[in-house]
Amino acid sequence: MATKSEISANPAPASAPVSLSKEEILRYSRHLIMPEVGMEGQLKLKQAKVLCIGTGGLGAPLGLYLAAAGVGRIGLVDFDTVDSTNLQRQILFGSKDVGRPKIAAASDRLRDLNPDIQIDTFETQLSSENALDILKDYNIIVDGTDNFPTRYLVNDASVLLGKPNVYGSIFRFEGQVTVFGYPDGPCYRCLYPEPPPPGLVPSCAEGGVLGVLPGIVGSIQAAETLKLIIGAGEPLVGRLLLFDALAMRFRELKLRKNPDCPLCGTKPTLTKLIDYAEFCGIRGEEAPAPQTSVPEITPRELKGRLDRGDDLYILDVREPHEYQICNLGGHLIPLGDLSKRVNELDSSREIVAHCRSGKRSAEAVEFLQRAGFRKILNLKGGILAWSDDVDPSVPKY
Amino acid sequence: MAVKVIIPTPLRAYAGKQESVELQANTVAEALNGLTLRFADLKKHLYSDDGKLRSFVNVYVNDEDIRYLQKDQTQLRDGDIVSIVPSIAGGVRNEPGEFCNGH
Repeated sequence: MATKSEISANPAPASAPVSLSKEEILRYSRHLIMPEVGMEGQLKLKQAKVLCIGTGGLGAPLGLYLAAAGVGRIGLVDFDTVDSTNLQRQILFGSKDVGRPKIAAASDRLRDLNPDIQIDTFETQLSSENALDILKDYNIIVDGTDNFPTRYLVNDASVLLGKPNVYGSIFRFEGQVTVFGYPDGPCYRCLYPEPPPPGLVPSCAEGGVLGVLPGIVGSIQAAETLKLIIGAGEPLVGRLLLFDALAMRFRELKLRKNPDCPLCGTKPTLTKLIDYAEFCGIRGEEAPAPQTSVPEITPRELKGRLDRGDDLYILDVREPHEYQICNLGGHLIPLGDLSKRVNELDSSREIVAHCRSGKRSAEAVEFLQRAGFRKILNLKGGILAWSDDVDPSVPKY
Repeated sequence: MAVKVIIPTPLRAYAGKQESVELQANTVAEALNGLTLRFADLKKHLYSDDGKLRSFVNVYVNDEDIRYLQKDQTQLRDGDIVSIVPSIAGGVRNEPGEFCNGH
């Protein structure tokens, strides 16, 4: 396997005239018999160099279809390892891959699918320091990442290098797809000049994604990438495609190049990569929201006190659908409803609030303290820590 | 004018879980104002403290970005569809210790 930030040792194809072998002609015959691709298009695919940033939900169908289509050189960037929660949507991986680096599992799968192509692996987190160096050797960049700092970084690096950036993004049941960085086309900053501040994006209670959603969005990214390579059809430039899987509806919005864009406008002020964590309002790598010092109880302490028969009132501030996954038998009032339903609580009793990880319940404890509750504790680490330290039969999610 | 405002998934939690809201408005500003009067929690997600529409929230009338029309003074006609389209990053991961807010 390639080491950090180093291209794997596949020999680069020599610059001899490109042609297809007999086996390749057979493999790609369903492309070759279409005039829109044909031999010319297939040879363009063979000579194309595409960089896939992220090998997760979006990167999985993308990598598979690009490899299957015969894109001659595919770069993969990821630093994560496969875990079992990935398998619900990341169809590059199987159960046997859990615990392996995603890059290793992904390149094995793609080499198995198509041994004739070159797979470059970058087991590293894309950063302002390495981005230009990694992106420069590729014709097309495909953004399959999952966070704002990396999205702005990929956008800026693509625009600075003059490369198209096939963008896809997902949330729950909804996706957005477009092609940025096309000559005279808009970029991500034209669409959204700034990211949301960390506090204003959906919380864990609202996370999650329908497993097939990245499959659909990543496949659209793959289609756009193949079209850009063979030069067929109308690229998704200047158009933002919105997809809603619940309504099963596609909509298209006009996406204009912003003449005042600091990156690609008429008077650009951004001429090099910046600190994207800072730009996105995130201080430090792990930077959790500053934890206020709410009174806490550990799962073991709580277990001990319950066993002693102490009168404790367990308040669960998660959502009803989370309660159905697992619960500690507590009284359920979702955090968002707490202000309306606070009268259900008896402030004379000692209350232990919990959620999944302890974050929402810390907010609940703060709120209740402000509302005059004195005997209120936050279960440290939430139901996850309870499962780890007290009762492993409680499933984690 | 009778218009429909489409609420995106990430903001539905602050809009009574509705996908869309029909209301009467002559301009985009009136439509959004009507929306935040009905759903007060939406306001801080749409507007910054100085009352400006947030830069990660785009608003479209039919398929056109209001930044290239008359911004929030864009006139509405009967049957227009006003779409609120916030930026989304991925939002799949919600592991303990990670950001619960968007990563």
